[in-house]
Amino acid sequence: MKSKIGTFFIWVVLVGSTALVCLFLGVILWDIFSKGLPGITLDFIFKLPTKGMTQGGILPAIFGTLLLTLITTLFAVPFGVACATYLNEYARPTLITNVIRASIRNLAGVPSIIYGLFGLALFVQALNLGTSLLSAGLTLGLLSLPYIITTTEEALKRIPNSLREATLALGITQFEMIKDVILPKALPGIMTGVILTLSRAAGETAPILFTGVAFFVNGGAGSLNSEFMALPYHLYMLSTQHASIELVRPLAYGTAVVLIALVFLLNTFAYFLRYKYRTQN
Amino acid sequence: MQKNILSIKNLNLFFGNKQILKDVSIDFPEHQVTSLIGPSGCGKSTLLRSCNRMHDLSSEAKIEGNLFFGNIDIYDKKNSVTEIRKKIGMVFQKPNPLPKSIYENLAYPLRIHNYPKSEIPELIESALKESYIWEEVKDDLHKPAVRLSGGQQQRLCIARTVVLRPEVILMDEPCSALDPISTRKIEELILKLKENYTVIIVTHNMQQAQRISNQVAFMYLGELIEYDSCEAIFNNPKQELTKNYIGGYFG
Repeated sequence: MKSKIGTFFIWVVLVGSTALVCLFLGVILWDIFSKGLPGITLDFIFKLPTKGMTQGGILPAIFGTLLLTLITTLFAVPFGVACATYLNEYARPTLITNVIRASIRNLAGVPSIIYGLFGLALFVQALNLGTSLLSAGLTLGLLSLPYIITTTEEALKRIPNSLREATLALGITQFEMIKDVILPKALPGIMTGVILTLSRAAGETAPILFTGVAFFVNGGAGSLNSEFMALPYHLYMLSTQHASIELVRPLAYGTAVVLIALVFLLNTFAYFLRYKYRTQN
Repeated sequence: MQKNILSIKNLNLFFGNKQILKDVSIDFPEHQVTSLIGPSGCGKSTLLRSCNRMHDLSSEAKIEGNLFFGNIDIYDKKNSVTEIRKKIGMVFQKPNPLPKSIYENLAYPLRIHNYPKSEIPELIESALKESYIWEEVKDDLHKPAVRLSGGQQQRLCIARTVVLRPEVILMDEPCSALDPISTRKIEELILKLKENYTVIIVTHNMQQAQRISNQVAFMYLGELIEYDSCEAIFNNPKQELTKNYIGGYFG
């Protein structure tokens, strides 16, 4: 009898915790969507902001975030995957590689504002790239690297050694094996990690704050060396820094909806990718 | 007198500080099946894997002594490890098809080794026939190889080794993960393979060793205890240890 009560108690705790988490998530989403959705119109998505942000749309911010994520991808994915491949496939397990690996894990925990300051010092000032789309993209790339390296390494670790032995025993070189067998096999895992990392990077504000984002850019972003607008920063400015906060509140909520939708889309894409590869193999 | 295709001389192998093989010298004659038997941990798989340099993968392994393939020194840095592995193929304990189609499992190594494109389909068909699996897979060559049964996968792995026309095929307990029917098929296949190839096989199954081998080598604690013809080992072993092991007193 006693154990039955115990089991019931554990059940209540587990279900209760789950319900509580879902409740918070539901409240947040309901608040944002109920206040933001009425403001989402084609004009809001496809027009430039007008009259000191109190009217018009957020096209430059959407465009800026997309371009920014693209630069982050181009920088972080090749380096991240190459680094993880080296660590997992080539590097012998010495003290140095363990230190490198531990450092990378630790970098993943560094607050994003630190990356912002580092990006300011390195890209904006030392490399003289100025506050620009390129500087901000590279800074976000640095932020993404540890995550991409870690998830790629995990994906490579999940590949059984028997597959490596099978390939090498056919007289195939290690490089060919990695290119033709290991990386294709690990691709779904790598892609999932990359997309989740990018969806996180797309929502970051602090790293781009000092490195290139602007509240308003005339004519929208377009070139690598100019400042740009981005959704998370736009949201931050509209919610806290605008002269007439009450007036732009609906626009802020609308921006939040667009940002969430973008991240949600990326996550759904990652999910489908994983599902597709899992059913294929 | 049979010609020896693989000669191992005074081989010592260490993993870290632990010595796994102790002064092993053994010759493998051409076009015969040689079984390596012995209790778990006696070093027979380690010996097998040293023949095509599979220990290169481990940073712990240290090898002393000489292994000759014909007159090629297997561990000479000047010799290409990929060429050696092409000539000394390997079949593993667990079937390990590549995550590709049945056809690609054989076509991929052929392409890597620069076989002319026009010859590939023919080579694949003959290797699959030689491995007694052609009839079962000829209609769905482009199906993923992992969908085959365990026994079929293992025969595909043998076909994948055979397609490169190696001279020696190393087999590391190829039947231990298979049911009796698949095991019988593989044994028949091994007996067929020795017409064209030299087979060295590690096995825990005494009956299997008796059914398929010409020579049997008994190993114990990293040493080669006795090496003789199959009949001599099973009917008239000279060493006490061999007699006890075959009699099932330990192992």
